Amino acid sequence: MHVSTDIWIWIAAALTLCIYSFLYKDNPFYKFAEHLLVGVSAGYFFVIYFWNLIVPNLLTPVKNGFVTLFTGGGLTGDLAALVPGILGLIILTRLIPKIAWMSRWAIGFYFGAFQGIAITGYMQAFILAQIYGTFVTAANPVFSLTLFGNFFGDPGWARFVLATSGPLMIVGVICTLTYFFFSTEHKGVVGGVARVGIVFLMIGFGASFGYTVMARVSLLIGRLTFLLRDWLGIIS
Amino acid sequence: MKRLSLAFATLLLWGAAACAAAEEAAPAVTARDAPNDAGGAVNVAWEPAAAEKEAAFTGYEVQRRASGEKEFVKVDRTAPGELAFRDEEAEDGVEYEYRVQALAAGEKAVVLGTASAKASGQWFNTARTNALIGVIFVTAVIVFFIYRAKGGAELFVRKIAGLEAVDEAIGRATEMGKPILYVTGLGDASDIATIAAMTILAKVARKTAEYETPLIVPCYDPIVMIVEKEMVKQAYTEAGKPDAFDEDSVFFVTQSQFGYVAAVDGIMLREKPATNFYMGAFYAESLILAETGAETGAIQIAGTDRVTQLPFFITACDYTLMGEELYAATAYLGRDPLFLGSLKGQDWAKGVIMAFLILGTILLIFSTDLGLRFAKLFETAG
Repeated sequence: MHVSTDIWIWIAAALTLCIYSFLYKDNPFYKFAEHLLVGVSAGYFFVIYFWNLIVPNLLTPVKNGFVTLFTGGGLTGDLAALVPGILGLIILTRLIPKIAWMSRWAIGFYFGAFQGIAITGYMQAFILAQIYGTFVTAANPVFSLTLFGNFFGDPGWARFVLATSGPLMIVGVICTLTYFFFSTEHKGVVGGVARVGIVFLMIGFGASFGYTVMARVSLLIGRLTFLLRDWLGIIS
Repeated sequence: MKRLSLAFATLLLWGAAACAAAEEAAPAVTARDAPNDAGGAVNVAWEPAAAEKEAAFTGYEVQRRASGEKEFVKVDRTAPGELAFRDEEAEDGVEYEYRVQALAAGEKAVVLGTASAKASGQWFNTARTNALIGVIFVTAVIVFFIYRAKGGAELFVRKIAGLEAVDEAIGRATEMGKPILYVTGLGDASDIATIAAMTILAKVARKTAEYETPLIVPCYDPIVMIVEKEMVKQAYTEAGKPDAFDEDSVFFVTQSQFGYVAAVDGIMLREKPATNFYMGAFYAESLILAETGAETGAIQIAGTDRVTQLPFFITACDYTLMGEELYAATAYLGRDPLFLGSLKGQDWAKGVIMAFLILGTILLIFSTDLGLRFAKLFETAG
């Protein structure tokens, strides 16, 4: 057992235990760690955003733009950074109640621009790519009579899975889409198909649940390793 | 007839000769402006060198010179069999000449050929034409249904269990005299789930204003906080209780994921809200939040389009809106013609997608080639 002599390891270990004390119940140690984390992170992100966003995207180009302008180089694209800069300042008008309404301009621009940009991305990633992926996997069709022929010609588990996984996926996609059809009551045939869709969804969620829990367990192992190895030196 | 045959034979011979000439004239090196880009790139390709199969062959060297320059400068070196290079350091509008040399150990480099090209940007990305058609189609259908809804048409929307429970959850908090916690997750304003969550917040705030139930909205994103504050304020005004709106009820916490979670968990334990809403974009924090909420005994309604987080909400919450149910919530709760029309339009778009899936499957059954060609229509690139 080699207990760490590094003060920062002790602080990190103490804060880890403070957060874990929440498992028992809310207590002053948890409150302390919580407020410290919130305060430090808020300040930390402010500094990160200032140096990583405001300085390279606003202050530097604007400075370069004005230097070029006043040294006879004329107007350059750098000064275009003033537009988002001004919109950003307009958001701060919320601090002055009389002109707080002006902040809506910037917010409206921000939302409109983001949604406009997002539409094509969503269409590509969530609709077209999904339809394509339902038919084709790794440049091969997911559904093919040849695959069934291969299975019946030489039956085997691998060939069975290969032949049926594609049709199963297509059926799953259609049934799941039917569940998300809001214009019809889920009764009769539609109701039956939607129920099959729910079964597909739940199987998918179950698999996802197990997969994610495994990832979370690895996070716990990481923290325990820190406590037992880096701090207490019980394990090597 | 004989004449006709002669003419046909002549035509064939001429065609064959033309093809042979074209084959002979095919350049060993080609350079073209990279298509569908914002400019600044040239694609260079070349035919394999005759010496490529020899053991001494080491690869190709691509050289470049701009118009007006005398010397070629090396820009890339490729391995044997690698017959293309993308020059991403080309300046738009400048004519570049590319020279490709075949290299062999102990031998002099052999020039395969030269080719010239200028880089330029394109306004229209042809590889995304299918996305454009899709957007136009969906938009047209949505606009059509919005006009129908505004015209007074009765548009049916099926029952969504999670949303039926919203009134009950708000009523419960009112009866217990406890606050309602509304968490919109970690998404920013560009996230569709966050926007859906904000519109649901407006409906919830309207009810809490009517019942005078305290509302707590801790925010992760400062822009989202500003918008949510505006929406809640507006909801209180619409409910005729502007004075009941508390400026501090919608507040910024931090942009650190787990800092935010720690704070929201703390709020749950200290304020003991009777109802927790988790609507929007969630990540690893979903289970921590939902578990803590369940511990406090609150009724919990969640909604997200994050597939990996839905299982956690389903296990730990009383009701969960899955994926598109979250988007449908606004139309369902508000019955606003704009939202109802857009929901109907989306349903029709889904119907068309299902029809495409069935058609594609039928094509794949009868002809794999035809099915693959059909699937290609949906292939996305760049």
